[in-house]
Amino acid sequence: MEFMVKNWFMLTLVGQDGPGIVAKLTGVLHAANCNLGEASMTRLGGNFTIMLMVEFEGVAESLEKTIFPVCDSLNLRCHVDLIEGQLHRHVEPDVRISVHGADRAGIVAEATKVLAEAGLNILNLESDVGGTSNAPIYIMHIEGVASKGIEPLKEALAVLDREVDVVTDLSEIEILRG
Amino acid sequence: MAILEILVYPDPRLKQVSTPVEKFDDSLRNFIADLEETMRAGPGGVGIAAPQVGRFERIVIVDVSSKPKIPHHGHLVLINPVVIQHDGWEVGREGCLSVPNYTGNVGRWEQIRLSAQDQWGNACVFEMQGFEARAVQHEMDHLQGLLFLDRLVSRRGSLFKRKVYKPAVTNSNVEKD
Repeated sequence: MEFMVKNWFMLTLVGQDGPGIVAKLTGVLHAANCNLGEASMTRLGGNFTIMLMVEFEGVAESLEKTIFPVCDSLNLRCHVDLIEGQLHRHVEPDVRISVHGADRAGIVAEATKVLAEAGLNILNLESDVGGTSNAPIYIMHIEGVASKGIEPLKEALAVLDREVDVVTDLSEIEILRG
Repeated sequence: MAILEILVYPDPRLKQVSTPVEKFDDSLRNFIADLEETMRAGPGGVGIAAPQVGRFERIVIVDVSSKPKIPHHGHLVLINPVVIQHDGWEVGREGCLSVPNYTGNVGRWEQIRLSAQDQWGNACVFEMQGFEARAVQHEMDHLQGLLFLDRLVSRRGSLFKRKVYKPAVTNSNVEKD
C-alpha cells in the first residue's frame, strides 16, 4: 500500500476575472480532499489573482493533475510550489505607511529602498492605480514591522517627501488585546 | 488568588449574554482579584471580561495605563457598565485573549460616556476616549456574547490613522483676543 504524506503547497493562479472562479476552484480542491490554509485573492488590473495555501496528500505533480482541468476550463494559468505551512505564527505589524502621488515608474523601488534601509520589514503591500488614464495616480499601503523603531522610518519618509514627488503618511498600529 | 482558564473561540459559551451583578460581596471581590490576575498573566492584555473565564456576569476590568502618552483612568473595575453617550468613529487593530494568533481591524466609538458600578456597588460615571474607550467597548462586547471577530472590517482599503490626542483646553492655554 502506498503511504502518502500530507504536504503544504502554494497555488498561484492568474487569469481573466469572472464570477464563480473561487467557488469552482475550491470545490475541486475540496473534492480532492485538500485542506485550505491562508489565501489572498484580489483583482489586479482586471485580472483574477489568487495565492492559496493547500494541504494535499501527495506530490506537486498529483496536485497539478487534480487542478489543471478546472484551470483550463476557467482559462487560468496555474503554478504550484511545495512550501512550509507555517500556520499559527502570525507576525503583527506595528506600522502602516501610505504613499501616493502622480503615477510614474520607480515610486515603489524608491520608497521601499529607503524604508528597507530604515529597518522596515514589509508584511503586506497593496497598491492601486487610480485617477484617469491621462492623469493616473499611484496609491500604496504598506503594513510592516519597524525593526529599528519608528523614528528611522519617519526620517526616511521625510527624505522621500522632500526629494521624490510623493506624499507619505505613517501611523503606528497599536494593537488592543482584551 | 488564581489564574483562571480562558475560554477560547469557537467555544459556544463565548456567545452567551451575561446577567447583571446584584450582590456586591466578598465572593464577587475575590473573583475580581482572580480575573485581574488572569488578565495580567496574558502578554500585553489591557482588559478582560468575566464571561471570558466562564462567569456570565456583567464585570469587566480595563487598565490601559501601560500604554505611553494616552489619557486614561488607570485601573478600572466596571460592573454593570452602560454606554450612555458616544461620539465619533474610529477603526483600530484588536486582538483578544479568547482568539489567539489573530488580530483584525474593528470600528469603535471614539468617545464614550459610561455609567457603571465599582466592586462595592457605588455608581460611577466616566468619560473616556481613544484607546481606553476602545478597550472598554471590546470588553463590554463580551458581556453581549460578541467578539471582535463579529465586527471585523476589511483590511484592504481600511485606511485608519492612529489617534493623536490633543491636550485638554484650559483657561491658561486658551488664547485671548
